Amino acid sequence: MAAPLRQFMIIFAHEHFDFRLSEVTSILSLLHIKAEVCQQNHDAKQSPFLMLKFPNEESVHKYMTRSILGRTVMEVLAHGPTRASVCEQLKALPAAETSRYCSEENSFCWRVHSFGKKIKQDKRLDLIHQFMVNLPLKGRVDLENPDDLFYICEDYGPNPNSAPEEPFYVYVGRKVSEGQRYLAHQYSVKTRHFIGNTSMDAQLSLIMANQGGVKPNMFVFDPFVGTGSLLVAAAHFGGYVAGCDINVNTIHGVGKSSRSFGKPRGEVTLRGNDENILANMRQYNLHDRYLDVMVSDFALNVWREQELFDVIVTDPPYGIREKTRKIGTNKHYDELEDQTLEGHIPSTMSYHLADIFKDLLNFSARYLRLHGRLVYWLPVVNAEYSDDHIPQHPCLKVIANSEQKINMTISRRLITMEKYQSMQNINPLDQVEAEIKTRTYEGSNAIRKIYFPNNSGCQSHNKSLPLT
Amino acid sequence: MADPTVTVNEMKIREVDFNPEFISRMIPRIEWKALYEAALSLDVVGNLSPELITDYEKDEDFLKEAHRVLMEVEVIKGFLICPESGRKFPIENGIPNMLLNEGEVGDGPAQSEALQEDDSMQ
Repeated sequence: MAAPLRQFMIIFAHEHFDFRLSEVTSILSLLHIKAEVCQQNHDAKQSPFLMLKFPNEESVHKYMTRSILGRTVMEVLAHGPTRASVCEQLKALPAAETSRYCSEENSFCWRVHSFGKKIKQDKRLDLIHQFMVNLPLKGRVDLENPDDLFYICEDYGPNPNSAPEEPFYVYVGRKVSEGQRYLAHQYSVKTRHFIGNTSMDAQLSLIMANQGGVKPNMFVFDPFVGTGSLLVAAAHFGGYVAGCDINVNTIHGVGKSSRSFGKPRGEVTLRGNDENILANMRQYNLHDRYLDVMVSDFALNVWREQELFDVIVTDPPYGIREKTRKIGTNKHYDELEDQTLEGHIPSTMSYHLADIFKDLLNFSARYLRLHGRLVYWLPVVNAEYSDDHIPQHPCLKVIANSEQKINMTISRRLITMEKYQSMQNINPLDQVEAEIKTRTYEGSNAIRKIYFPNNSGCQSHNKSLPLT
Repeated sequence: MADPTVTVNEMKIREVDFNPEFISRMIPRIEWKALYEAALSLDVVGNLSPELITDYEKDEDFLKEAHRVLMEVEVIKGFLICPESGRKFPIENGIPNMLLNEGEVGDGPAQSEALQEDDSMQ
């Protein structure tokens, strides 16, 4: 008979709300942990506290090695809608439980974590005393390096201006582990050698790697690799990485240096030898997992058809900051004598968003291993959006869909799809191609003309989120 | 010997940590014959086996040679050559350029709608 699940609580960062439950599900899945979310109707905007049941503490530690949005996890000792009820629960804990942390040798410390209200220092000390007396603690207090750190978490709701006198809910717990939020600083694009104006921020890159289920020794591919931000995150979690991009200059790190935007002309420098994707990976000591990058047009497939990649993660161009291009022209060209024409950069033409996403799904259906995942950003027009907008393919199913607002009119959604059947299983007579039910992405500049309604090329509202 | 599939003007051997699990996972996804021919073209065959052996997962020497050729040999400047068409794809700074030229793509002019709207973007 299986041991009963134990109750824990994750304290989340108060951001990227729509990504929270997807993060939980993707981490539990990739680490094969059987845990249960206790509050199925958890609303991330309302509270940073999420209770889950795990089989044991070891699985919690394992979970937190991949946690980007989850900051801290604690074992729940008591929880309830009033302080009094929580104190009663603490008093009633059996000795078999409390002996784990109440012995004379166990040093301890208490902290108050309040959401939605600032609690003054003296009031916090009162609170700590109020709860602490209900546990038979015998050890000494150690504020620097305690054996056990106890949390009192009080939830006053998401509006500090109208916070109630008493909390809506109280949790008391013992800290078990911390998440990997520091990685977002470690891999911050602010300190990365080689960036472009569409480089994905480190936190979202890591979230995408989790959504893709990246594990050590997996083969991870980005068909619109740009400056390689997604490859860095995948390599951090042990993936071996490769990418393609149509832009020769971006891949080679040619042109203005990564940080010359806004500098006067005299101070603009060109990119040096340390500004390319391999150099970025070397900066973080991940270069042993760099397989290769190629200059290649995604619309013109170069790969031998087989189930090659474990994960495909990508941020395709939306046509806002980056043109959506593929090789081709409407002009007639005389037969080119020597087709390698050294230095010749072929003309490009518009690559419609509908085709980009359909090509991406068709490619993924063919080139992903069975049960491999595709993770990509889909720009959407808020006023029009419905689930019909998500591109579909008979071999792929959507397993996550998280929204990040860009501005009033446009959002982007992080879509995770899993390949659940091979192309070979499909009857050749059936429809085996990707389709998009909506017409939003057809035509040139489908999203761009909504983002720049006056076709002015500049935003009337500034400080939107970085986007492609 | 067949025509070369890779030619090299500049090559580098870089040291990469040997990871037998990764190499074992990748071998079924590689066309071994093509790999061997490429190694011949580059003159880096060494002790690379001309055929895939059974139970390669357990053969560390085999895996180490596969690792050396796959991960440590890097063509910095050269060409990939299509064995069917002879088309050469240049490699610069270790990065192959697989772009086709305009004349090699499609059947000629695309929809005129695309041409007109093209110019609306800077």
